[in-house]
Amino acid sequence: MTSIEAHVQQPYKYGFVTDIESEVVPAGLNDDVIRLISAKKGEPEWMLDWRLKAYRNWLKMSEPHWPNVKYGPIDYQAISYYAAPKQRPKLDSLDQVDPKLIQTFEKLGIAIEEQKRLTGVAVDAVFDSVSVATTFQAELAKYGVIFMPISQAIREHADLVQRYLGTVVPYNDNFFAALNSAVFTDGSFVYVPRGVRCPLELSTYFRINASSTGQFERTLIIADEGSYVSYLEGCSAPMRDENQLHAAVVELVALDRATIKYSTIQNWYPGDEEGKGGIYNFVTKRGKCAGVNSKISWTQVETGSAITWKYPGCILQGDNSIGEFYSVAVTSRKQQADTGTKMIHLGKNTRSTIVSKGISAGRGQNTYRGLVKIMKGAEGARNYSQCDSMLIGDKCGAHTFPYIDVRNSTAIMEHEASTSKIGEDQIFYLRQRGLSAEDAVSMIVNGFCKEVFKELPMEFAVEATRLLGISLEGSVG
Amino acid sequence: MAKNQPLLEVTGLRVAVAGNEILKGVDLAIRDGEVHAIMGPNGSGKSTLAQVLAGHPAYTVLAGTVKYDGKDLLEVKPEERARAGVFLAFQYPVEIRGITNSYFMRSALNAIRKNRGEPELDPIDFLQVLEQKLKAIGWDDSMMNRPVNEGFSGGEKKRNEILQLAVLEPRLAILDETDSGLDIDALKTVANAVNQLRSPNRAFLIVTHYQRLLDHITPDVVHVLADGRIVKSGGPELAHELEAKGYDWLRDAAMVS
Repeated sequence: MTSIEAHVQQPYKYGFVTDIESEVVPAGLNDDVIRLISAKKGEPEWMLDWRLKAYRNWLKMSEPHWPNVKYGPIDYQAISYYAAPKQRPKLDSLDQVDPKLIQTFEKLGIAIEEQKRLTGVAVDAVFDSVSVATTFQAELAKYGVIFMPISQAIREHADLVQRYLGTVVPYNDNFFAALNSAVFTDGSFVYVPRGVRCPLELSTYFRINASSTGQFERTLIIADEGSYVSYLEGCSAPMRDENQLHAAVVELVALDRATIKYSTIQNWYPGDEEGKGGIYNFVTKRGKCAGVNSKISWTQVETGSAITWKYPGCILQGDNSIGEFYSVAVTSRKQQADTGTKMIHLGKNTRSTIVSKGISAGRGQNTYRGLVKIMKGAEGARNYSQCDSMLIGDKCGAHTFPYIDVRNSTAIMEHEASTSKIGEDQIFYLRQRGLSAEDAVSMIVNGFCKEVFKELPMEFAVEATRLLGISLEGSVG
Repeated sequence: MAKNQPLLEVTGLRVAVAGNEILKGVDLAIRDGEVHAIMGPNGSGKSTLAQVLAGHPAYTVLAGTVKYDGKDLLEVKPEERARAGVFLAFQYPVEIRGITNSYFMRSALNAIRKNRGEPELDPIDFLQVLEQKLKAIGWDDSMMNRPVNEGFSGGEKKRNEILQLAVLEPRLAILDETDSGLDIDALKTVANAVNQLRSPNRAFLIVTHYQRLLDHITPDVVHVLADGRIVKSGGPELAHELEAKGYDWLRDAAMVS
């Protein structure tokens, strides 16, 4: 093994299992299971009807196989669609939360106990199919900001949920979005009222714990006129030989002059060296810049999952609206990622920026797939795309599929792409200056990802840098 | 270390790269503060010697020993050699995207300081150290906030190597063809900086094809490397002799012996 390749593989640090009694609905999917989930969440009739409508559509759809990834058939009847720690999960006081759950999140670096909370960040902690705690809810309410599990929002803010749910990602948008619409369990709901700049960073941490289950969270964020919110999600799962499905939907709505900044640090279990186990991360994320001068910015750092299939996109409907996508995707071991973005320009003078950094190591396969579409009415639209790939070792791959569809001649499009390889000479140069091989790789990779990391909120930029170091540890010796 | 013990002692060094033997038994001793030049025709093994002393993984040592400060140098990793004061100014410095020169040099200096048990420098302390060094060699800080070597001209890259030498304060500095690709003004600038950095506590091993660098930096000893062996050693006058006569007469001499 060359010294570079010797460096990739490193144990997954979040692979432990919490030993907690769970209520798991038997495997399988049918009307009854959907009714059961809806009943467990205490949902109104309209919600159940929507789920069933989505389910009926899903039955007629087929799994997409156009992504540049390979995996065996998924048996949707072998998955359990609801798992929750026993005990009533949503409580008035954290004192009543099972200490095992608090410890679990603490071990993951997520403090949900009052005294240990990270200042400036409110957290919604989701364990399997339920939210176990949401911090700073009362504090945020003072500003009129609603931050709560979506199941609670369906009960308490039905008007808002009903008005916006499915308006960006319809229940029949695609196979996995339809599945999610039928069976989604928890996720976060955020509403920032007119003119309010959300005083805290909002964040959700998703933890899969139970085996043979899938996680189907749904997040809906609405930024009313002139408001601002920054939201971050993180996630992890135990190490298991089986593949677990994570099919989430995230919808963002930005009204006039509103800004939503959405950051993801994705660290699902990637599977072992031989590609056994790991999460199938099949996710639909989309934001709608519905109002004039609105802005949606996606930043993602994807280091986990056996397979990733996600294209966080923006529909730039409002005139002068702005969409951004900053991505770092790492595939090592036998991970496969097919990820990128969709920027749909509808309004006048809309602008989009795409910066994608793909890093492949081990036997990882990394694909960037992006669509930029300029519609007829999008006078003066602009797009800038930059796709950079970095290869570590000689058994991995990088692929780029940019799609461009321009229907207005005033559009200005720029596209840049590069592929580079970390070589022995680069590592040696840094080692000759006194840096260890690990620090050398980390420096090169961080330099490569700099344009994306600088978009992350401060605390998370540090976390992302650290995570990247761990994912690539062992890829250079 | 005993007074007469060399800082660097190379004995019977044989080195191969990709299965080809390049160095075929090199002997060399450099004492603290001495400046040695290694000259020789292309392909004689000059750069191989520089790389192998720094620990490049592509080179395989077949036989021989290298002692640095009395210890076996070949046993230790490249970064440990660097931290112990062995510095190589590269012939082809690499580019590092997104990392500023300033951050890079501070990280390197801190790795070395940590090894010496000294506290690490924060960016402000480092800036002060840097300013002193720049002043000493008469350069400005225009390269410091640019990404390491990215978009640098050939001359800037070489200057950047010498600046790192100044900042990292090695005990043994190896210059691998630092003069190649430099015009006469750039050559003078680099040579002047090197002269400023000469000290009783710093030895130099200057690898060069041409004598012109040695017009500006006067070595204590000149060695001629031909076909993997040192075929002749002498004082600075040897460099002038080579300039006048070329290398062939020495190569022929090596063949005969």
